[in-house]
Amino acid sequence: MNKIVYGLVLGGILGIFDGLTAWFTPAVRSQLLGIVVGSTFKGIIAGVLIGFFARKVNSLPLGVLFGLGVGLLLAFGVAAMPSTTGEHYYLQIMLPGGLVGLIVGYATQKYGSRSPASSVRT
Amino acid sequence: MNWLSDDAITRLQAASALPDLAGTRYRIIQRIGSGGMGTVYLAEDATLGRRVALKILDFPDASGELAARLLREAHILARLEHPGIVPVHDAGTLPDGRVFYAMKFVEGQRLDRLIVSMGAVSDRLRVFQRICDAVAFAHARGILHRDLKPDNIMIGPFGEVLVMDWGIAKILHQPPESAAESSRVARDAMARSAVKTGHGTILGTPGYMAPEQARGDVERLDERADIYSLGAILQFLLIGSAPAARAVVAIARMAMAENPAGRYASASRLSEDIALFLDGLPVSAYPENIFQKAARWGSRYQLAIVLVLTYLVLRAVLLIWFRR
Repeated sequence: MNKIVYGLVLGGILGIFDGLTAWFTPAVRSQLLGIVVGSTFKGIIAGVLIGFFARKVNSLPLGVLFGLGVGLLLAFGVAAMPSTTGEHYYLQIMLPGGLVGLIVGYATQKYGSRSPASSVRT
Repeated sequence: MNWLSDDAITRLQAASALPDLAGTRYRIIQRIGSGGMGTVYLAEDATLGRRVALKILDFPDASGELAARLLREAHILARLEHPGIVPVHDAGTLPDGRVFYAMKFVEGQRLDRLIVSMGAVSDRLRVFQRICDAVAFAHARGILHRDLKPDNIMIGPFGEVLVMDWGIAKILHQPPESAAESSRVARDAMARSAVKTGHGTILGTPGYMAPEQARGDVERLDERADIYSLGAILQFLLIGSAPAARAVVAIARMAMAENPAGRYASASRLSEDIALFLDGLPVSAYPENIFQKAARWGSRYQLAIVLVLTYLVLRAVLLIWFRR
């Protein structure tokens, strides 16, 4: 599996879990589906960007930092969106978003092939 | 009268046994080893200024049969241009009547000697794949090796894997492209040097020989005889390693099936099964039950599972923290 696909899959999976944790916040439980879809999409975008970076730059610290940055930035974009209550959950959204980016950054630097084609035999 | 000392006699005998390379481009440096057909020497090619290995018959072959065999081996090697097969550079007859051929001098170690220092099973399997690739290439060119064993595999200093000693190889068929391309002179030389192995003649090494080969059933031999030997080499590679996975043992067993029909159809298929195992995928030789499938899946995606679990733990910590 190449680094971009690896980032995409891992970012997507973590995004799903990230969205599902909204269930623990009763105030937004009714919007759970939209949150999960949005969060998955955010995870996929972050994963692709981080995977692309890992293909170009071979450095674990830089990869983790870049992942953290991308995760925080995308999560900030979501948190800053206007809400019906007018409240913004920056910390609650950006911390998990940064965590997703950090984990994907680590994983794509450590694993996955640099070639664009998949190395898995079919 | 002075008597020659034993030491002097030994030296004289050694000198008289040396081939006469006068008038050739080669100069012997040292003897490397000997086999059934002749002796291999390390020599210098004065024209190109490089070291080569010279395989030379031990004596001028009056009947011509051994000479024909040696030349035939050279012709076979010339047909097999592959990174995993030692290339032949030259062939001919020395002034003393002995037939020789020159090949690349491979500085390395034989697999049977190197095995003790070989590490992980995965490294051993990658070496095995390279052997399979060379054998698959030879099969595609219509050549059976018939004496595949660890002693005939050389590992170079840069990890090159070379299949050696094609002395008893069998020509199954002439590949169409080769038949069209090769000149008439080359084909004639091949025909002159063709040596048939009669029915009932047993050539090979016990333990690595397919049952049909051990019975001397020469006419029935095909690629699957070499597959058997490859299975035996795989089994050899697993000795002394960490307990090999059941799937690899099953691959070796399938390659060494008593009945040729039960073996892999080709060396490529055998290599593919090894590749599947190395990639953490199911292999054709080993049907898995649901638990084995789950264990393999868990092992293959170990890192992803650990990362997701790490995320979930950290996310739970964050949730608890936010609620306080």
